[in-house]
Amino acid sequence: MSKERIKIAEELYDIMPPEYQDLVKKATYGNETRGWKDIGTAKELIEEHSLCAGCPESMAFRYILASLPNPEDTVMVGSTGCTSLVFPHVAVHNIHSLFGNQNAIASGLKRALSVRFPDRTKDVVVLAGDGATVDIGLDMTLQAWFRQEKFTTICFDNELYANTGGQESGLMQKGFVAKMAPVGKSFEKVRLPEIARESGCHYIVQCTVSKPNLIEKVIKNAIYVAREIGPTYLQIYTPCILEIGKNSMEGLQEMRDSEKPSERFAYKEFVSEPAKELLAELAAKEKERKAEAKRQLASQTVTV
Amino acid sequence: MATQDSFIGQKNKKDQVYTDPWKMMHEAERTPSFFTGSEIIKEAVRRASCDLMIAYPITPQSEAAALCGELFAEGYIGDYFRGESEFAVMSQCAGAAFGGARVFTTTAGPGTMRAMENFPMWAGARLPIQMIVTCRGINSPLSIQPDTLEISYLMQTGMLVWHAETAQDFYDWILMGYMVSEEPDVHLPLALCCDGFFVTHTKDMVDLTPVDMCLPPYDPYRSPVPCMDMECPPVRMMRDPFVMKSNYISYATHASWQQEVWAAIERSRKHTIRWMNGLIDTENTDADIIIVASGTAVSQSREAIAILEDEGIRVGLLKVKTLRPWPGEEIQEATKNAKHIVIPEFNVTGWLAREVKATVTNNERVHAGPHVCGGMTMPPEIIASEIQTLLGIKTATLAARG
Repeated sequence: MSKERIKIAEELYDIMPPEYQDLVKKATYGNETRGWKDIGTAKELIEEHSLCAGCPESMAFRYILASLPNPEDTVMVGSTGCTSLVFPHVAVHNIHSLFGNQNAIASGLKRALSVRFPDRTKDVVVLAGDGATVDIGLDMTLQAWFRQEKFTTICFDNELYANTGGQESGLMQKGFVAKMAPVGKSFEKVRLPEIARESGCHYIVQCTVSKPNLIEKVIKNAIYVAREIGPTYLQIYTPCILEIGKNSMEGLQEMRDSEKPSERFAYKEFVSEPAKELLAELAAKEKERKAEAKRQLASQTVTV
Repeated sequence: MATQDSFIGQKNKKDQVYTDPWKMMHEAERTPSFFTGSEIIKEAVRRASCDLMIAYPITPQSEAAALCGELFAEGYIGDYFRGESEFAVMSQCAGAAFGGARVFTTTAGPGTMRAMENFPMWAGARLPIQMIVTCRGINSPLSIQPDTLEISYLMQTGMLVWHAETAQDFYDWILMGYMVSEEPDVHLPLALCCDGFFVTHTKDMVDLTPVDMCLPPYDPYRSPVPCMDMECPPVRMMRDPFVMKSNYISYATHASWQQEVWAAIERSRKHTIRWMNGLIDTENTDADIIIVASGTAVSQSREAIAILEDEGIRVGLLKVKTLRPWPGEEIQEATKNAKHIVIPEFNVTGWLAREVKATVTNNERVHAGPHVCGGMTMPPEIIASEIQTLLGIKTATLAARG
């Protein structure tokens, strides 16, 4: 969608809702350099949300939405869970249909958009919880990867079923006592990043949302690789502070503690050879763009 | 985006001309052709301008689904692939329809049941997907034989449900189905059912429309809900998501939306009547005895009526073409003078008889049966014999005929 399409006729400007005026004036559509630093100055794709105070998932949502490289042509697919309470507030088209079928929906959606808009880039991004991605939807998660569907899968890993009240999930740590695991979970946390690699994903990162610049980088990489090469997977720790007995202010520290080199959310990355080539190419272009901007700035300074 | 009408007269990449659907279906010259039901599905889809077909093997629809793959290879369908299960396939169909594609799929029996969670979602999301259901047994132990029990589940999903008798019905209704289900005041998925094997695996003469004519493409911007393609201004869909809230507004929203889906089924009535010349077909409804049937039970009933006519018993016939919308008024009117309403069915529960009983006055007139199930055939003689017994006429049992 071009930015032209959201322009308001001058005569009607004053009667449009202020949010829409903001969208036109301060949106970051068509801005290839958009990123987390726009938060607070540009019109965000999410402002209010209905998650718990201090929920790390809300931080993740804001960083991810600020980092989408092409929001004007991005459709997101969600699933049932806490994320489905947020998506109705998000200003990109998004689909929530059933629990666990997100990668199937995204497969059909991406193919439909490719048939309908063969000459344009339409990004599809899946964002779902760990229950949806790894338990009920695992079949469809993996099959989309086997088929090399060209979209990004993001898993918000809070290591349990948060929205239904803290039940055991496949990504929960072994031994953790939870609802439906009354004597502690009996098996290890499912190693989905490794499974993703074996299933054909071209770019895989496991991390937390403690560093917004890191989230911006991995989101952009994941979307660029999915667009050109094939499936990509991000597993992001968004602890459910409520269910692990933390306070509103403690989410960030929990993520920092869990991403230390010896901990289970230490940064992990896998990049396939074709993806490495693409990312190197994009990095070179970005470097050239920055150098050019610098040169222009310098020439302007001289003129002044 | 151009409207549908603006495509008419233009050619697609296979040199087919996008044709006014009414002219294509009612005025264009027809060529009689001898095909299996599965091949007929392929021929209809060839002319349907489908963007996406998603397939999964299950008897007896596998052949039709594979033949659609050939159409894709020939360039008649935008994209095609095999999904991993019927649940996934129906979600993939939903994703494609959310993205503004005209979508086609086929399934049967246990596959229909496995995918069931998707169907109320399709209807609620107002996705005009067309799904062919080649009915087969869903009982245990496993059966692949014809049995129409799965239709009774589909009837409560909010989908349009039609029941084809012959390959000719199938051919016409696949094409007409898109025209009805894509109307802005309908915009609902269609389950186009037939009795597996009897229709899919037998050859029949079918009058085909010209191969160089096809339906105009689907226009997703006529949908009553936004197409999820980021081509219209994105706004937050809701300020306060009512999905999981427990309050009056939430209940009222869900209640009114369910009512709207069922109202849309009702609104499909006028379009369906126009395209299919009524929701029912009737013969001799002034007779004292009327058979009400759908699917191949109609064909068997015709034979039974001929047998009875030879014995001096006059029986009328009412063919139910659409189950959703339910032709309640039509059935009431056509059976108002009947003393006996006989309902033969290819399933154990007699769902059609239940629907008719809930529709007509003096419903003690309704005789539910004969029923065959699990793949048994329904010889016309057992329908005739059922009617003779009903009239107090002694008949030889089928076994006695040797």
